[in-house]
Parts: sequence; C-alpha cells; structure tokens
Amino acid sequence: MLQIISLLLENKPGALMRVTGLLSQRGYNIESLTVARTLDPELSRMTIAVEVDPGLRQQVIKQMNKLINVLQATDLTESPAVTRELVLVRVRTAQQTRAAVLKEAEIFGGRVVDSSTEGFAIEVTGDPEKLNEFIDVMRSYGEIEVTRSGAVAIGLENKKLRLQPPVPTRAGNELEENVQ
Amino acid sequence: MSTLMSGARMLLECLSREGVDSIFGYPGGVTLPLYDVLYDHHIRHVLVRHEENAAFAAEGYARATGKVGVCCATSGPGATNLTTGLVDAMMDSIPIVAITGQVTSKLIGSDAFQEADTFGITRSCTKHNYLVKRLEDLPQIIHEAFYVAASGRPGPVLVDIPKDVFQAQGHYQHVTAIHLPGYKVFTEGHTGQIRRAVQLIRLAERPLVYAGGGIVAAGAATELREFVERTGFPAVNTLMGLGALPSTHPNFISMPGMHGSYAANMAMSAADLLIALGVRFDDRVTGRLAAFAPHAKVIHVDIDPAEIGKNRAPDVPIVGDVKRVLIRINQALAESKAKPVAQAESGCRAWWEQIRRWKQEHPLQPVSSDSEIKPQHLMAEIDRLSEGHAIVAADVGQHQMWAAQLIRFNEPRLWLNSGGLGAMGFGLPAAMGAQFARPDKLVFAVVGDGGFQMSIPELATITSFGLPIKIVVMNNGYLGMIRQWQELFYNNRLSAAELDCFPDAEKLAGAYGFKGRTIEKPSELAAALEAAVKEPGPYLLNVRVSPAECVYPMVPAGGAINEMVLGPPQPVAEAAQ
Ligand SMILES: Cc1ncc(C[n+]2csc(CCOP(=O)(O)OP(=O)(O)O)c2C)c(N)n1
Ligand SMILES: [Mg+2]
Repeated sequence: MLQIISLLLENKPGALMRVTGLLSQRGYNIESLTVARTLDPELSRMTIAVEVDPGLRQQVIKQMNKLINVLQATDLTESPAVTRELVLVRVRTAQQTRAAVLKEAEIFGGRVVDSSTEGFAIEVTGDPEKLNEFIDVMRSYGEIEVTRSGAVAIGLENKKLRLQPPVPTRAGNELEENVQ
Repeated sequence: MSTLMSGARMLLECLSREGVDSIFGYPGGVTLPLYDVLYDHHIRHVLVRHEENAAFAAEGYARATGKVGVCCATSGPGATNLTTGLVDAMMDSIPIVAITGQVTSKLIGSDAFQEADTFGITRSCTKHNYLVKRLEDLPQIIHEAFYVAASGRPGPVLVDIPKDVFQAQGHYQHVTAIHLPGYKVFTEGHTGQIRRAVQLIRLAERPLVYAGGGIVAAGAATELREFVERTGFPAVNTLMGLGALPSTHPNFISMPGMHGSYAANMAMSAADLLIALGVRFDDRVTGRLAAFAPHAKVIHVDIDPAEIGKNRAPDVPIVGDVKRVLIRINQALAESKAKPVAQAESGCRAWWEQIRRWKQEHPLQPVSSDSEIKPQHLMAEIDRLSEGHAIVAADVGQHQMWAAQLIRFNEPRLWLNSGGLGAMGFGLPAAMGAQFARPDKLVFAVVGDGGFQMSIPELATITSFGLPIKIVVMNNGYLGMIRQWQELFYNNRLSAAELDCFPDAEKLAGAYGFKGRTIEKPSELAAALEAAVKEPGPYLLNVRVSPAECVYPMVPAGGAINEMVLGPPQPVAEAAQ
C-alpha cells in the first residue's frame, strides 16, 4: 500500500529537494507528488504518495519533520483523511459512440472541458482508484491521452501545529549587553 | 544607524559577532573579495593545504571546544573538496559552518568557470544549507547558520555566497532574533516518561549506563557522573563518548562494540536495563541488532526524535537534551527515599562481581614484547604520558581502535575521532584545529601510516603556525584494518593492503623544518615519546610496530556482541607421532 504523506513546508527554493532527497536517498520511488501554496503564501502544502516499507514509515515522517523548511509532516495513510485526484482525459471517439462516452463521463461525475469532431477532453476528480476505473472505461471507446494530477489529501483530524517561536540571537544579546 | 559595507565585510562582521576567531580555508577566484577583507581583519585565517583538511580542522576545533568551527572554500573544486568533512560532521553531530564562494549570480546555471551546484551537492551532507541570493539576506542567514549548527542535535551548515553578493554594498542590519518556525528543538523531556524512567531505574537489578557522543555534545559529563555515583550503576562509553565519564572512574567499564572490551559487551548482553544516553544504537556497537541486549528494558534519551526507535524500540523514550533530562532524573532520585534496588547491597554486589569477573577474565591489556614494538605497547606509552589529560586526535584504522581501548580520557573533548564516517585523513587536520582552539594543550595526532600519507601536505600548515602537535605514526607497513579483514575473512589474500613505501620521517619532518625520528625497538619507545613531548615545536615520531597484529576483541560483522573473537586463532597442535 502507498504511504500518503502530507507536508506543510516553507515556500522556499530547495525545500522540495530536501523532502524528495530523503526518499530518493533511501531508494523509494515517488508515485505522485503535488505541491502548491497555502492561504499563507509563504507556505506550501505537499502531498506525496510513495511506496515505503511499513516498518520505516514512522522513520521517514520523523526525518521529514527534522527538515528545517518543514513545519509539519503527517502520515495520512491510516488516519482519517480524504484523498482526491484530478484526471484530464482526451478521448478520440467515433460519431456513433459520442453519446455513450458522455453518459459514462456523467456516471463518473466528469465534466467535458473541450469538445470537437475528434472527441472530447473530460475532467474527472475523485478517489485515485475510481479514476483508474474511469480511465479503463474511456480506453474501451478509443485512443486516449491521460494526465493525472497526483493525489492531494487532507487530514480530517485537527493536528496541533507546533511551531518554534523566534529565538534571540547571541549577536543580538551581546549588543543589548553592550548598550546596558 | 548603520554603515555601508561590502558583502564580504558584512560576512566578517557577522562572524565576529558569533565569536569566531579562526577560519580554516583556501582561497579561489570567487572568494577573492572575501580574502581582500580578511587581509587586515582580526579574524585569523588559517591557510590549509587542501579544503578537505579545512573542514576536518574546523571539526577538530569544534570537537575540542564545543564552539562552532568555521571553514571556507571557493566555488567548484573548493566546495566539492569540503564534502567529506561535511559528511563527517553530519555523522558525528559536530557543529561547523562552511562558507563557500559561488560564481556570480547571473552566471549560475551556465556552466561558468568553476561552477558546481554546491547547494544541491551538499543538501545531503549538511544539517541545513543556504544559497544567498541577496545581500540583505546575508546577516540573517549567517546568524541562522550558527544557530542551526550549534543547537538541537548539532551538525554542519553550509552557506554558498555568489561573488557579486560579496562585492555588493549594503547596510548591515543587526539580527536580533532567529525565526525558524519549522526547526523544532526539544529540550525538556516528557515529565511522565522521566517518571517512568526513574521507576525502571529503581527496579533494575543489572542496570547499565550506555553513554555516547550526546553527553559530550550536551556538556552533560557532570550530570552523567552524578547519575552513576548516585545510583552506583556501571557505565560504558561509546567510541564517540570516550571521556564522558572519566576512564579512571570506578564505575567505568570501557567501550562496547565491534572492538569493545569483553566486559562491556558481556554487560550489554546481560543487562536488564540499558540507560541509553545520547547514543544511536549504531551497528558498530550493537552487532546483530536482533541479539543485542536481549534481556534489557531500554530507556533512550536523545535530543533527536528520529533516533528514538530507529534501531531499537525503547521501553521509555525521552526526547530531550540529555543534560536537562539527567538533571531532572538526578533530582527525582535525590528526592526519593527509596534507593535503587541495584544500589542495595545484595543486588549491586552480585552484578558488580559479575562485571569484575568479566574484566579479569579478558582485560584490555597492553601487550608488549622485547623484540618489536606492539601497537598496544605504543598506546599504553601515550596513555602514560597523557595521564588522561592530553588531546588525542586519531585517524581511522587499527591504531584508532587500540587508542580507543588503551588511552584514558578523564574529560570529554579530549578524544577526537571520525566515528560515524570513519574518514581516513581526519586525524592530523583535526589535531591542528584542536591545537588552534586549545594552544595550552598537549595534542597528539595518532595516525596510521596510511592515513598519515593522506595528510602529509598539512605538515606545511603545522610549520607555518608552529603548532606543537606530536604526530605519532603507528607504522605497521599496512593498511592494517584492511589487512586484518583480509586475514580473517578473505583467506589472508592481502590485496592492496601493503604500504611498501613510507618516507624517512626525519628527512620528511626536516624538509618541513621540524624534528622527526623513526624508532623500532621497544627499549627506545618511552624515551622517544618523552623527547617528542618535551620538544617545544611539532614532532613527527614514526613508530615501526609489529605488522601482523590484529585488533581484539572483535565481533565479526553480523555477529552478536557477546560472540567475540578474543584473540588470534591458536595454532593447531601438531599431532603427536
Ligand atoms: C577515506 C577512506 N578510505 C578508505 C577507508 C577504508 N579503510 C579503513 S581502515 C583502512 C586502513 C588504514 O590504514 P592505516 O592508516 O595504515 O591505519 P592502520 O589500520 O594500519 O592502523 C582503510 C583503507 C577509509 N576508512 N577511509
Ligand atoms: Mg597502517
């Protein structure tokens, strides 16, 4: 089973590399990774789906939490969370199957984002498993091209965010001492 | 009120404020603006002869004092040459700050002359690293770098500075606070867990303190000593922790692990409680993990939460500064009337008697012979002159293990060695850094004939600064540790293990302007070492020792630590006719 990791990290150059470095260093292959900024533009939210030995999952989370750019790393694999993904599928389809394709898209809650004589571009969001099914169904209608966003997840429990308060610098302290 | 200054000057301003007195470094094209300011600055620049040694010297400085060591290199090859020292500092949790020059900002990414992706390359070699893109960020970054290097679990931090940032003019802004919201430093330790630890300590019958480099890093030697004296518990110090409890302390048993003592390893294996303080259950200590301390409950105190449960799941995990935690445990023990069971006459006596028996059965003994100098004899002589007070910087190999076994250290920060990385070439430059930091101290560099030959260029630095280091080469004519493994595990097929050429020590030292000598007779050893120590300047003593010696006890890789090989295989007696 994939481990789903949610990270809150500083939106800084190199922050992504530090996180992925911890995984690549251990030879883990990242299935998907999404990252975008949060309400606070100085922070990003990242979701990683990665194959990790169950016995090492805790260690990976701890190592991520140690990264200075990471405010919080949480394992969502077994805790209450919602995981969603978006897929864009372009399907070439013949005149006579257009109606059927639209019907299927509707069943999966999809939205047609482009339509041409060649076929459709359809957007579907949902559980990654469900998207697999949708892709299989579309494939049965003709040639398809697929772009998936990768999983995005949100935990359903309130996790306390423990942040380090500012620390006075030694240099600053000495300065004050000098002033006194 | 602030004055306009260049980035280079601003950097030195920040370093001064951090209390830096020495930088170990090597200049290059992009750091020339910095070197121009260093020209008449009060911070001393020590020109080493290779950047790797700048990092090792900064480590030696940090290891000997606990202060942050500073090294500096140019872009490209300068920065890549630093990496071994950075990884070494990472493995042993040593606080250093490395400053590297980078090509001018607008050339970054263009394969400019001497460009390397230092920020990317050193990501995994450092606790944290920075690429400075704007001069106004420089003071904040430098003070952050020092804070990160020295706080929590210490480690190396690198700051990569493009040439144009060194050259730009700006106003120095005082940095009064560090704000790193994601950098969690846990210090206090959980009260409930500390209470549970004290309960286990009370109930233990065969307790053992397993103390490591964390005690040294935390400056917790006094608290450790109070703990063992209060409880009467026996203690082992790991390779990184030697000196944490004085080697002469009656409760000290010695070092555990692959080349640990029989008593230490047997005690680990029989203990019913391990009080693990600032250690990481390294494979060189635990041997086969599944068979390690099988009867023991474990209390594990470490400032790094990722160390807790990494190799051995503890019964009582305590994330915190080991000094703070020990103070509270000692307090709890002082306040309670009930004494630990093991301290009560009967329990204590049985366990201690057992440990004494193990010590007597197979002591770590300074072997000697009349015809050749035994490596153990050499270490015993160094021990005699040091009396537990000298700084000993070791290189990596057999000599390192014998030194760790036989030289006593009565304080922390005297024994300097590359524990986690095992980087040959560490010993001599680390001794330099230590001697700069502690000019008053007798400093030995105890190195192998292999590792010494990785460090020879630094003899020039030693001469330049007149560092009175006593370089003792344990010359066995081999990459001894390689030979030992080939002898024991590869049918004695000695492949690339022999060092058939070694320079004439007297001429070599003479060429650099100081005294040197080679000895090979056991009868010369004591006087030669004494003469080296008496010499006011540096001294190179090349000691030819018996080549065929192996380090024992030895736990073969993958073995349980109580399955030690205690000595060479006995020759099979010839069948009687
Ligand atoms: C940089 C580096 N390269 C290789 C090794 C592997 N290695 C470990 S011990 C050793 C032999 C060291 O020989 P010497 O310096 O003569 O010390 P001795 O073991 O003989 O005391 C080697 C090659 C290492 N630890 N570090
Ligand atoms: Mg050798």
